[in-house]
Amino acid sequence: MQLMEGEREEILACVKEVLGENSKTNENLIPILQQVQAKLGYLPALAMEKIAEGLDAPAADVYGIATFYNQFRLNPPGKHEVRVCLGTACYMAGGNITLESFERRMEIKEGETTPDRHYSLDRVACVGCCSLAPVVVVDEEVEGKATPTRVDGIMLALEEDRENTGKQESEEGEKSGQN
Amino acid sequence: MSEEITITIDDRQIKTRRGEKLLWAALENDIYIPHLCAIKEEKRPNASCRLCFVEIEGVSRPVTACSREVEEGMAVKTRTPRVDRLVKTGFELLLSDHNLNCRECPANRNCALQVIAKKRRLKLKHNRFKPIEREYELDQSPAEFAFDRSRCVLCGQCIWADRVEAEVGAIGFTNRGIDRVVTTFNNLPLADSICTECKLCVEACPVGALYYKEGQKA
Ligand code: SF4
Ligand code: SF4
Ligand code: FES
Ligand code: FES
Repeated sequence: MQLMEGEREEILACVKEVLGENSKTNENLIPILQQVQAKLGYLPALAMEKIAEGLDAPAADVYGIATFYNQFRLNPPGKHEVRVCLGTACYMAGGNITLESFERRMEIKEGETTPDRHYSLDRVACVGCCSLAPVVVVDEEVEGKATPTRVDGIMLALEEDRENTGKQESEEGEKSGQN
Repeated sequence: MSEEITITIDDRQIKTRRGEKLLWAALENDIYIPHLCAIKEEKRPNASCRLCFVEIEGVSRPVTACSREVEEGMAVKTRTPRVDRLVKTGFELLLSDHNLNCRECPANRNCALQVIAKKRRLKLKHNRFKPIEREYELDQSPAEFAFDRSRCVLCGQCIWADRVEAEVGAIGFTNRGIDRVVTTFNNLPLADSICTECKLCVEACPVGALYYKEGQKA
């Protein structure tokens, strides 16, 4: 994932701060990862590398821990976060097919974020409304009976916003170009 | 630590040292116990391959020989119906996501799975468990060797070689469950990682996962 302007500095500062607040032992690796993710929203590769340096541990080990636990995300949250429920009820109702439809439409895999950071796609386990299975949570909204046809509808609304954002950005770009 | 003690394995008395793990005491006395993940120097074994089961008199369940320390007077059996069943199941599970195609494998005739199959009369075939096929990218980036994860049994021997022998720290276990693989930081091709291509991991791999490219074997 390409870092955005200023993100590199933000990451370095964040890791430095968190490492300063914790004693640098392997036992603290998970709390350190949690604190960094709480601040940055995800665990960028650069952060994991710097944490490894700080703990004097192989970066491959930090990566191993970060990929072991579901709570850690290696990609930034998108502007729109789509979470597909794969709890038992939703799975039985075809949640995996719903997930696949999103993967196809967004051209990313579960756990990933589109390069423009408009979408991120994740799986969750039971969000507590099994009677609506298969369930999808779009940002904070719960969408029930999210079959592939419904996925098309959800995507349509989200894509519209993406186009508008794109337009706004290029207009802003033009404006600042004029100044 | 080097105090000598006597134990019995399969009705044979053998001498070994206090603190030694059962697996190594047996192997040093030419008593075979299947194993993939055991590392002699490792003080706290992973005991992850689940192939080295034995039964000990007075212990209610079979135990993994690689993680069990010998004790004076211990009486051990390497073959019992319970042990055989556990080993068979463990072996079949390992094969269920293994790219089983020995004829085209670089490790053919030099493979730990083939040895276990032969010694324990187990079949190198998919049967009870439906084989899981996954797509792995073949990593051919190093100059002299390659890494085919479809043949990896996750024994961890390469990681030990990388950490303890080479002292590099280029590779490690990544992901969880069925997605578990050995890879570099950020899942980069080996040549783009901090790997020094010392090839100690290739030497350590007991199967055809890390292998020398054609004509590269010293
Ligand atoms: S690693 Fe061993 S068992 Fe697997 S295909 Fe190669 S020779 Fe056969
Ligand atoms: S690559 Fe070889 S040595 Fe490494 S874990 Fe896989 S099978 Fe074991
Ligand atoms: S399983 Fe999906 S909401 Fe309960
Ligand atoms: S050798 Fe004992 S569990 Fe692998």
